[in-house]
Amino acid sequence: MSSNYEDRQRGGGYDSDDDGDRRPMGGRGGGRRMHRRRVCRFCIDKVDLIDFKDVRLLQNYLPERGKILPRRISGSCATHQRMLAEAIKRARNIALLPYTTD
Amino acid sequence: MEKRQYEVVFIVDPTADEEVPKLTESFSQIVTDQGGTVTKAETMGKRQLAYEILHHKDGTFVLLEIEGSGREIAELERRMRVNDRVLRYITVRVDEDRRRAEKLKARRARKAAKRPERGGSSPSRRGPAMEFSDTSGE
Repeated sequence: MSSNYEDRQRGGGYDSDDDGDRRPMGGRGGGRRMHRRRVCRFCIDKVDLIDFKDVRLLQNYLPERGKILPRRISGSCATHQRMLAEAIKRARNIALLPYTTD
Repeated sequence: MEKRQYEVVFIVDPTADEEVPKLTESFSQIVTDQGGTVTKAETMGKRQLAYEILHHKDGTFVLLEIEGSGREIAELERRMRVNDRVLRYITVRVDEDRRRAEKLKARRARKAAKRPERGGSSPSRRGPAMEFSDTSGE
């Protein structure tokens, strides 16, 4: 019971403003959010350069609609998100990646 | 002036597939005529375009790596613009980014060499630790 209350304080209290859009599943998934550590894939792999010809890599950051995945979702750091965005835009220019899909 | 490095990717009309080697050759020739050097010429093969360009759904991608002053790029781009076989091209200057990547890598290596040293002998770090880190750095 006590843990339940704690959960409520942590998750439910903020539900109205900030929590809602980050956790569209709703319910008491507070634990999951707490454990999810957002880390930059590129920092872990020690990537210094993102090549615009590497379509396989870039495609991971291009969801169905073809928009660049924001870093609040992917967890990329600012430096790597910038490199990634630049690479995706270059790839789009030479038709390696789509501008839009529908 | 120091040399700049460029990556040029261009897409060739798939119906003119057999012309690809010839085109690559002539573009390389243009670059060398202008005083640049082609360090790499690679055909990335025929692949589907992400969107239609002039009603073409696929094209042959060719990559050129060029080293030079930048003048040959201007001429090369002009030629590609005029050529009907080239559906699209992109030029990216890579030397600055590569140098930066190199620097980051070096810094990381330096840090990696330093860190275990610091953790191991924290009480008397001043004396021998410095010498160790010097030798391990080489």
